Amino acid sequence: MEYLAGEYDVVVIGAGHAGSEAALACARMGMKTLVTAINLDSIAMMACNPSLGGPAKGNVVREIDALGGEMGINGDKTMLQVRMLNTKKGPAVRALRVQIDKERYSERMKKVLENQDNLQIKQAEIVKINLENDEVRSVVTNLGAIFKCKCVILAAGVYLRGKVVIGEVSYDGGPNGLFPAMKLSKCLEDMGVKLMRFKTGTPARIDGKTVDFSKMAEQPGDHDINTFSFMSGDLDIDQLSCYLTYTNSSTHKIIKDNIERSPLYTGDIVGVGPRYCPSIETKIITFPDKEEHQIFIEPEGLNTKEMYVQGMSSSLPEDVQVEMLQSIDGLEKCHIMRTAYAIEYDCIDPTQLKLSLEHKKISGLFFAGQINGTSGYEEAAGQGIIAGINAALKLKGEDPFILDRSEAYIGVLIDDLVTKGTNEPYRLMTSRAEYRLILRQDNADLRLTQKGYELGLVSEDRYKRFIQKKENIEKELERLKKKTVSMTDNVKEYLIRKASAEIKGGISLYELMKRPEITYYSLREIDDGMPEIDRETAEQVEIQIKYEGYIRKQLQQAEQFKKLENKRIPKDVDFLGIKGLSLEARQKLNDINPSNLGQASRISGVSPADISVLMVYIEQMRRSRGGDQAGKQEYSN
Amino acid sequence: MKNRTIAAIATAPGEAGIGIVRISGDESIGILKKVFIPKKEIDIDDIPSRTLVYGHAIGRKGEVLDEVLAVVMRKPYTYTTEDVVEIHCHGGIVPVRRIMEEVLYHGADIAEAGEFTKRAFMNGRIDLAQAEAVIDVITSKTETGLNAALNQLEGELSKELKIIMDKLLSVMAHIEASIDFPEHDVEEITINSVKNMIIEARLAAAALAESFEEGRIVRDGLSTAIVGRPNVGKSSLLNVLLKENRAIVTEIPGTTRDIIEEYLNIGGVLIRLIDTAGIRETEDIVEKIGVERTKGAISKSDLVILVLDASDNLKPEDIEIIELIKSKKVIVVLNKIDLGTVINQEYLVELFDKDSIIEMSVKERVGTDKLEERIKGLVFHGKVSINKNNMVTSIRHKNLLDRALESMDKALASIEDGIPVDLISVDIREAWRNLGAITGDTVEEDIIKEIFSKFCIGK
Repeated sequence: MEYLAGEYDVVVIGAGHAGSEAALACARMGMKTLVTAINLDSIAMMACNPSLGGPAKGNVVREIDALGGEMGINGDKTMLQVRMLNTKKGPAVRALRVQIDKERYSERMKKVLENQDNLQIKQAEIVKINLENDEVRSVVTNLGAIFKCKCVILAAGVYLRGKVVIGEVSYDGGPNGLFPAMKLSKCLEDMGVKLMRFKTGTPARIDGKTVDFSKMAEQPGDHDINTFSFMSGDLDIDQLSCYLTYTNSSTHKIIKDNIERSPLYTGDIVGVGPRYCPSIETKIITFPDKEEHQIFIEPEGLNTKEMYVQGMSSSLPEDVQVEMLQSIDGLEKCHIMRTAYAIEYDCIDPTQLKLSLEHKKISGLFFAGQINGTSGYEEAAGQGIIAGINAALKLKGEDPFILDRSEAYIGVLIDDLVTKGTNEPYRLMTSRAEYRLILRQDNADLRLTQKGYELGLVSEDRYKRFIQKKENIEKELERLKKKTVSMTDNVKEYLIRKASAEIKGGISLYELMKRPEITYYSLREIDDGMPEIDRETAEQVEIQIKYEGYIRKQLQQAEQFKKLENKRIPKDVDFLGIKGLSLEARQKLNDINPSNLGQASRISGVSPADISVLMVYIEQMRRSRGGDQAGKQEYSN
Repeated sequence: MKNRTIAAIATAPGEAGIGIVRISGDESIGILKKVFIPKKEIDIDDIPSRTLVYGHAIGRKGEVLDEVLAVVMRKPYTYTTEDVVEIHCHGGIVPVRRIMEEVLYHGADIAEAGEFTKRAFMNGRIDLAQAEAVIDVITSKTETGLNAALNQLEGELSKELKIIMDKLLSVMAHIEASIDFPEHDVEEITINSVKNMIIEARLAAAALAESFEEGRIVRDGLSTAIVGRPNVGKSSLLNVLLKENRAIVTEIPGTTRDIIEEYLNIGGVLIRLIDTAGIRETEDIVEKIGVERTKGAISKSDLVILVLDASDNLKPEDIEIIELIKSKKVIVVLNKIDLGTVINQEYLVELFDKDSIIEMSVKERVGTDKLEERIKGLVFHGKVSINKNNMVTSIRHKNLLDRALESMDKALASIEDGIPVDLISVDIREAWRNLGAITGDTVEEDIIKEIFSKFCIGK
């Protein structure tokens, strides 16, 4: 029997990485919020690798942090090891990657949710979302509790009709031994939501005391500990190491000999898997010439001996898994604690969403995370915070919050999903960003803190720090522009030490720093006026000077890009009826229903000529409606 | 916010007495400053709006392209309501194209079909009733343009481009894979091999860009200079050739300007004789050789016809001219053989291809057929090379190739300067994107596909 159990502004279904951020954003923006999970011990559970960050992903964590989200702080508080990757490859692709204590990560996030005002947590499986006139009205749990609400954020991860596959064995299941959500998919289909079937997988966890680390290469953390959050300051922790080993010809032989027992090859798995995260059997079949593959053994936490075997994701039968793992150097005697598995699940075709992550046709229904066809904790959390913000803004009657491709990786991610769709689990990569020189991880706060503050998500304390840092950067840049040096003995010796060319006449320190061999800190030797500024500020000064030309060029490109982005398309345009458009463009535009011309231009099959026609057509509409004020309310996002 | 500055040739090709290059947008006056030098000393910013100013159009190396009239029309009282500049030059195909090329080089983009009108509309300059017409213009012209483009791309050009782009793609995929998957054993690409691959791509792209020059010969004529000291018979030769072969390409009715070029059609090869006025002048004024003028003509030419007096010894003036043309394709005409042959032929054979030395008597009409045969032979046997396969004929394509080359140069310079790889990849990507704009390919998905097909990546 169903009963009325409560009334909320927003119900967030799922408390993983997307759901947690979504729920926090809503509650922090003053919405009365309920977040549900099938099992409350799985809040912000890291179901796969025990790490956060890396290229593009690390940028997203910092973007979430700058907007006032939780992932960065939570990661910093539970880290086991820190590495800054790509340090030699340039400023835009430096990437922070942090090994995380899974259990503490989950525990702390649960505590943050519990302590948040306006937020309630409930263990429940949601089986139904009720609509009225295509508007969200309530959700119903498996126990019949009805929660009335105005918005729903569906962040169901891989739980929808989840199916776990290990060799010849398969069963309905969620990740990591949890229950699946078998009923909600049907409800979504009945609403007209188009579903797809994706697949992903995770490797085995092994008992650390059965591993011979002496046969592996130790991978310690960095000496200097960088953090995700701009609020974390300097941390001092004892870091754990990861270990590197390799597969070999006998591993490969075991896999090849048993390949017919792999569900990928028997046809038991129909879902589409990610190219960037192939199982070990896929790697060996696709790249038969490669004699070895890297395997990283990573700690899962301080309070456990479990180790994650990165590189060995698999859906082979358990007995084959044992055999292949034990063929690897250092793993000869390893004991599997959790068996690797593949999981198939329902996700939605994300092109059904607006850039706000609200469904185009169902008012108040938002989607975030893996259910939108992505993979990765960071991608999920990035969508979560945006969906949360937009649900709150909708209820406040305000325009949605959209980050564009030149503002944030989160913008790239959501625009890719909504505009182009995806036919495999989507992973963010730096190569997907057109403006990566300005979307750096070091300047995420400079890009987004102001926005987060205006939304009400950024605390006064954080905001003050940000303003101070901005001022310090500007002041120091000004000072370096004004301060000039000439060929005094001291300068001469300095330049010789740096193997740098002599200077003629006077040169500003700003100009001098453009030389690749001159670093900011080394200028101390000839600059007695250098102020005491923190590492982050110094980093900004250095990057902004050294790469000024490149950065300026990208800023110009971004400005150009924004022109089209700012040309909004009225909600009621009938694309099918615009005769100047090619037939393909009419159909594609009608399907995607882009909110601005920039987005329209990225739809495959829409040509520049189509955009020109559309531009003229929209201008025509605007004028016939009597000028600039016309139809502002009718614009969609 | 700044608008893209656009440019187009506003006159119909090859027909009109004058050619007009029109530029619209915030940068248009800035671009004019780079391609135009007024005759009178006047700052371009001080030129009154809508007033014709006489001067020279100049190339990026400062060379004079043509004498022109320029007009500046300041916003907002212009067709597009933006700053508009027009450069009026001599009609015919060559000057207007050269000026257009320079305008693009200095940062303008080629206007899309109907774009001036579209801007006029978008900026509120023309009314609603005309909007439909604008759409028609955009769609009809684009489709024709597109078809033409496709026709051209079927064939060698697109194949050639593909090879270059694949090279760049491969470099990018290596770089991107190592950036996006830093801990995977993606074989790290050394900066040296990045450099070599870019150099390879650059060479191929440069060859393509140069084929534009060759393509130009077919389209605009083999530019040919007739040189020689006074009184060797240049003028008579010119008259004979024109009488027999004149190709009517350019008409400049009632103009007071010098006729500076004439066209010949020799067995299907279009020959553009440059500085014909100069040829006549130096014949008239006996004591003046006009070295400067000769130099100018030579520098612009694909082919030089050197006229010598066979009945006389080589004079210092002859030697002086020979010095000037050493690096050029040359046909030597030994004129006045009817008066006897005195000239030192051994000396000439050492300097020039024997087959290119033609004995002639213009007066007696002897040898002109041999001259024509030789010109044809040079063109068709590749001595004056025209690589038909890789012909880049569109100025848009040439412009994109130039930009790609510029980006590759920038990437190479950055490598020399020790700039990190993520910044270098920006320029490589830019080069790829410009080449892709010729064929219509887009870079993003291609890179990602390439990464996953090449490297075994994943956890």
